[in-house]
Amino acid sequence: MEFFKIKKDIPFMRHALVFNVISIITFILAVVFLVTRGLNFGVDFTGGTVMEVNYAHAADIPKIRETLTGLGYRDVAVQNFGTSRDVLIRLPVRKDAGQAKISDVVMASLRQADPTVDLRRVEFVGPQVGRELVQNGALGLVFVSIGIVLYLWFRFEWKFGVATIIANFHDVVIILGFFALFQWEFSLTVLAAVLAIFGYSVNESVVVFDRVRENFRKLRKHTVPEIIDNAITRTLSRTIITHGSTQMAVLAMLFLGGETLHYFALALTIGIMFGIYSSALVASPIVMWLGVSREDLLPVKKETLDDGRP
Amino acid sequence: MNKYPLWKNLLILVLVLIGVIYTLPNFYGEYPAVQISPTRTTKVDQSLLAFVESELKQANVPYSDARLSDKTALIRFKDTDTQIRARDLVQKAIGENYTVALNLVPATPAWLSAIGAKPMYLGLDLRGGVYFLMQVDMSAVLKKAEESYTDDMRRVMREKKVQYHTVTRLERGGIEIRFPSAAERDKGREAIAKEMPDLDFTDVERGADYILNAAMKPSAIAEKSRFALEQNMNSLRNRVNELGVAEPIIQQQGQDRIVVQLPGVQDTAKAKEILGRTATLEIMMVDEEHDIAGALAGQVPAGDKIYKMRDGRPILLKNRVIYYGDNIINAAAGFDSQNSQPIVSITLDSRGAAINQRVTGENVGKRMAVVYIEIKSEPKLDANGKQVLDKDGRPVLVSKRTEEVITAPVIRSQLGARFQIEGLDSVQEANDLALLLRAGAFAAPVEIIEERTVGPSLGADNIAKGFHSTWVGFAAIAVFMSVYYMVFGVVSVLALAVNVLLLVALLSMLQATLTLPGMAGIALTVGMAIDANVLINERIREELRNGNTPQASIFAGYERAFGTILDSNVTTLIAGLALFMFGSGPVRGFAVVLCLGILTSMFSAVMVSRAMVNLLYGGRRKLERIPIGNTSWKEAGQSAR
Repeated sequence: MEFFKIKKDIPFMRHALVFNVISIITFILAVVFLVTRGLNFGVDFTGGTVMEVNYAHAADIPKIRETLTGLGYRDVAVQNFGTSRDVLIRLPVRKDAGQAKISDVVMASLRQADPTVDLRRVEFVGPQVGRELVQNGALGLVFVSIGIVLYLWFRFEWKFGVATIIANFHDVVIILGFFALFQWEFSLTVLAAVLAIFGYSVNESVVVFDRVRENFRKLRKHTVPEIIDNAITRTLSRTIITHGSTQMAVLAMLFLGGETLHYFALALTIGIMFGIYSSALVASPIVMWLGVSREDLLPVKKETLDDGRP
Repeated sequence: MNKYPLWKNLLILVLVLIGVIYTLPNFYGEYPAVQISPTRTTKVDQSLLAFVESELKQANVPYSDARLSDKTALIRFKDTDTQIRARDLVQKAIGENYTVALNLVPATPAWLSAIGAKPMYLGLDLRGGVYFLMQVDMSAVLKKAEESYTDDMRRVMREKKVQYHTVTRLERGGIEIRFPSAAERDKGREAIAKEMPDLDFTDVERGADYILNAAMKPSAIAEKSRFALEQNMNSLRNRVNELGVAEPIIQQQGQDRIVVQLPGVQDTAKAKEILGRTATLEIMMVDEEHDIAGALAGQVPAGDKIYKMRDGRPILLKNRVIYYGDNIINAAAGFDSQNSQPIVSITLDSRGAAINQRVTGENVGKRMAVVYIEIKSEPKLDANGKQVLDKDGRPVLVSKRTEEVITAPVIRSQLGARFQIEGLDSVQEANDLALLLRAGAFAAPVEIIEERTVGPSLGADNIAKGFHSTWVGFAAIAVFMSVYYMVFGVVSVLALAVNVLLLVALLSMLQATLTLPGMAGIALTVGMAIDANVLINERIREELRNGNTPQASIFAGYERAFGTILDSNVTTLIAGLALFMFGSGPVRGFAVVLCLGILTSMFSAVMVSRAMVNLLYGGRRKLERIPIGNTSWKEAGQSAR
């Protein structure tokens, strides 16, 4: 079986401008959503208390809300979580001391109102911890970006490193844009997924660039756009199949992994989708526009691979 | 050329076998057990175990086996109901002096345990339990230290007849002493510096005042902070024992934080209450005039009270506090300079020193007792054992005081600000005593700044869901690969299975904490690891299309794809490392799996699949076609170029 029997190189580079305009538009939209709506940061980053409780029967949300307001908690979010018997309660950070006890007080009153309630999960994050997690997340992003640029610079050439980072940055911003648009909760695990996507979609660019380098060596008479077109076309089949495979694993997580992994898998899904697109159609044109040439890559002696051929 | 040397095949085989062996413990499951661990004053030994066994037999509680292991006793049961019944029974019989906890013990067969094979270590989100991050308020510790310095400075200057106006602790930290003249200031500085070597001094002239500023040396601050943290961790450890947790983790994090992990703890309210308790010390005189036996018989002399020593012996004290633990500035374990016996040296502040001097002078030859007091507030329970709530729905708390005499040494001579306790049996005892004595001195406020609790039902759900999604993802990929790449697809799937096997084996060996995101990491690794095989298979197809022979195509496919595989994995590894460095808790678990998964996938996708392909096709001289899917169509141009 074979899905892709592409006999001619697809002239991606001729339409590079079109692809990039599309990219820029999605990118700008994502930025707009991020600015206007903002991310719905989870308790990991904002601080506060999240409780997940389970009832033996369908939960009476208004009554729970009433119980909580009775305790003097304002801005309480109470919602179903997964099933009608599971309830998620969010309580914001309070200035007073003894914040860590909030969950105990809430649980005691819920139990009094309905003894069938069962505590499934509590997350309490103090505001100082939230700030640190934001800082560490940002540091992580910077570290990954710099690490990848340096590696690609070392393995290829600075133009490839820069192009890859731009393409990846574009992916990350688009994932964040989705989270802002739909106001999905942005938690620590989602951040982990975003960073993983950062590393993962670089793969894509690397595979294409590897081919570009090889083509520069093999196809001496071709123009740069032709070489890039050929590289993208030749790796297209592999690109779609690997991403499809990864996506299968991620989809299993999305549908079967439960609520905790839901947004994690969702972030990965968006990342994988845009990863395919951006590496081929964003990174490569940027490399072309940065003026990559045969001479850029030739000093890197990588002839050993060919020497081994039969 | 498509043949691996024998050593390479054997190496692969050995590695896969090791993988199988170390993955095995994960399949044996766990059995419920009751774990008995010793407290500070007791030991778990064969006779205790025999006693517990006889108790269980008497009460007709069936158990499958009971054994001693590494200072603790484990008694296994068939089901959790028996386990809980047995726990209650054992608790009643010996609970006073031992920690009796429910535990789930891996049912790893002895031959596997013998080679160190253990099941993966599950994080709290998978097994259920409580995670607390606590912050010690170091500024309070330093404030207290500076306050006691101000008292001491006044005393020293009084003793040395130095004239001064005021001694004040500054809000921003440091101490300011105002002198009438520069000469008095020099005298004062000399006197104070001699007694308090941990301070740095600077002179300031302001108007008519001659001011001396004193600040704690950075090394002294560091030491104070370290002591405070150590003290807090120690009291946490003692209290956690009381909670009956099988495998508690209490760790320092950074300069001023403590992580507490209590697997299996459900009642977080109780856990928080116990962890948040404060302890104080009171120093009293032992009543030597009256007989303890008489007091025990009911004839307690007026003004006396019966206390218990740590080992349970009763002791009669004059119920008047001489001074408090607050007056103790420091207590450190060390050795006597003359006979090298372990000692604890104690430093008192000036108030404590003054009292100490007077009282010990009057009572040479008598004994002085240090009483350790902990005030717990417990939720009030009604007759049915349910929490009593007030009108706002908050649980009503009642205070309970526990008191214990930690030491009662004989006063040999009149004592002052510094003295030592001798006659300790061991260095361990000296360390323990010093830590307990510091309870008063370093009782820094501790605040819970992060809590994560996962109920056991959610933990079990998480495992099931994580496992299920990994399995389904794997199956989907396996079916697709086998159909798409035929025999080469099957080889890839086998390599992928080896990858998962090695990853699980590695996680088990390293005992890295497996969290739910970690399980997601395994699923993601499955999805990403197949990339290498797709690259290789696509490359082989392309080589075939370009008219190369099957053998040459296999060779070129593997060789040429390798560079690409390496590059793409290194970049993912960079992301994984960043997650590990900057992530915390569950995210770190994800990072560990991601990084290890990349390493194992490099090995399995390239080496293991190559070995299989070599075994299948490498030996054949005349290989016309290989089953990797249809490659008969030609790409335009490329091969002609």
